Amino acid sequence: MAKELLKGNVAIAEAAIRAGCEAYFGYPITPQTELLEHMSKRMPELGRTFLQAESEVAAVNMVYGAASAGVRVMTSSSSPGISLMQEGLSYIAGSEVPAVFVDVMRGGPGLGNIQPSQSDYNQVTKTAGHGDYHPIVLAPSTIQEAIDLMVLSFDLADKYRTIVFMVLDGAIGQMMEPAELPPMRELPTERPSWALTGKGNRDKNIVTSIRLGAQPLADFNDILQEKLAVIEKNELRYDELYTDDAELVIVAYGTAARVAHTAVKRLREENIPVGLFRPISLWPFPYQRLGELADRVPTFLSVEMNAGQMIHDVREAVGRDVELDFFGRPGGIIPLPEEVEDKVRAMWRQQELAAQIN
Amino acid sequence: MATLAFQQSEDKVLKPIEKLVYERPHALDETHTHYCPGCTHGIAHRLVAEVLDELGVQEKAILVAPVGCSVLAYNYFDVDGAEAAHGRAPAMATGLKRVNPDSVVFTYQGDGDLASIGIAEVIHAAVRGEKITVIFINNAIYGMTGGQMAPTTIEGQVTTSSPLGRDVAATGFPMHIAELLSGLPGTVYSVRRSLHDTRHIIQAKKAIKIAFEAQLQGLGFSIVELLSSCPTNWGMTPTDALDWVRDSMVPQYPLGDYKVVDELKRKRGRK
Repeated sequence: MAKELLKGNVAIAEAAIRAGCEAYFGYPITPQTELLEHMSKRMPELGRTFLQAESEVAAVNMVYGAASAGVRVMTSSSSPGISLMQEGLSYIAGSEVPAVFVDVMRGGPGLGNIQPSQSDYNQVTKTAGHGDYHPIVLAPSTIQEAIDLMVLSFDLADKYRTIVFMVLDGAIGQMMEPAELPPMRELPTERPSWALTGKGNRDKNIVTSIRLGAQPLADFNDILQEKLAVIEKNELRYDELYTDDAELVIVAYGTAARVAHTAVKRLREENIPVGLFRPISLWPFPYQRLGELADRVPTFLSVEMNAGQMIHDVREAVGRDVELDFFGRPGGIIPLPEEVEDKVRAMWRQQELAAQIN
Repeated sequence: MATLAFQQSEDKVLKPIEKLVYERPHALDETHTHYCPGCTHGIAHRLVAEVLDELGVQEKAILVAPVGCSVLAYNYFDVDGAEAAHGRAPAMATGLKRVNPDSVVFTYQGDGDLASIGIAEVIHAAVRGEKITVIFINNAIYGMTGGQMAPTTIEGQVTTSSPLGRDVAATGFPMHIAELLSGLPGTVYSVRRSLHDTRHIIQAKKAIKIAFEAQLQGLGFSIVELLSSCPTNWGMTPTDALDWVRDSMVPQYPLGDYKVVDELKRKRGRK
């Protein structure tokens, strides 16, 4: 299939359809609405389910219902809408049914604004609802990567019977880039054995997140943690640029990583040995690989479009023996490459001075 | 339906019963419930199960249980079952029905669940004419949490969160769900029945059957509100509680058909 010029939100919606999404439930919210609009046109054309819910609260529970029936189902929203979905997310996690969420993040807190942001890092990676669990969280930085990760999201959700989040900021949702869509998959003809379809001739199936006894709930949590441990081992994804000989490494994802990428390329022209580490899976977070880099690299910089959320995971990864600094723009402002370059130059001067003194 | 069952005679040989007059509905599981003595949930469960049997839809039925006393209802029905978040059963049922259009999806919700925290979900399910059936238990109180005021608590009723009796000037008025939902075009059947005596129980079963028939015919959203007793949280004996349903609840919540679309009337008329 040839490359086309595609808008982020539309490309993601079409990729989900081609990955076999059978049902979509959502609610309009900027800056993800084109995703819902594309679904509203395409899903009925294909004889699949599209429904505009009365709220994000209802949407997530419709997702829960369809997920309980064993079909590939998704919703999409943006930060305040994801806040409203937290209850349903927790029930879905407690029931171990697969479901896919797209969060096109905007600036917060509160109603905030509709500008691109990475304000939901904590909200989506640190359980996304009450109780002990993590969704898989994937963060693309190009439209092509968003397409590819959208397909992967459905496969991972099914494989682990878990929630998969794809998080991007409004910039990737709204911009256009050349990208290639995947081929259309055939829909499965059968539902999973645990799905609610009417019992027919089998024993009844139950989808529930309630375990009234303390020990049964503790046992379930143990099983859930075991599953999460497998995911942590198998589903790490990240990208690196110039980290082989870097003495200062920027850690950034999504649009912030694109900005950092430009900055790194320019700084290399000035012979500043800077590299870029880009987590693609925000949960599981690539602690180990970053830790390995920290064995050799003395200085790290977390660049985020918020007031500093991922930086706590970066700190956990690199330990206390290395320098870790932060550059971020909250409020829906995309940092400029020049700003990141200035920050890195200043850090590099300090590093060189410190080396001379030592 | 089974026409024969067996009884153990003195010589331990199983012999057919001549005429079966009563048995456990197939759509009910053979188990004990956790409901309090004298609570009418057991009656409501049985009526729904009998209707599922009579309509021959046990195999394609999916129950969505609420948060409240009937949170474990799927343990008592022998049908596929889900447990929704508080008040969200109609949304979850929507998701289930949309991807399983040939199944029979019903929610079973109490008054705190449906009328308070879940009012938006049930109204919009009705607005969409969602082809689901809602069994709505109105006992004028929050049962599971220990007897707090519900949206359906009647004026002057003492609860643990309205210890001086419900003051409607401060806390609002009792909600009339069957009437409220009858005003929506997507609703095809909205009625109120009571479970306080045998005659009314038989009428309730007939209504539940029509509500499921409405779904089977693909007509739209159907709901049966059932006035029910809560002896434990009302602080009454089971029989006094049934009398209170009759004497205090029925005058506040008049029994009747608030909406029956013509398609259902015609069908009933032919019988």
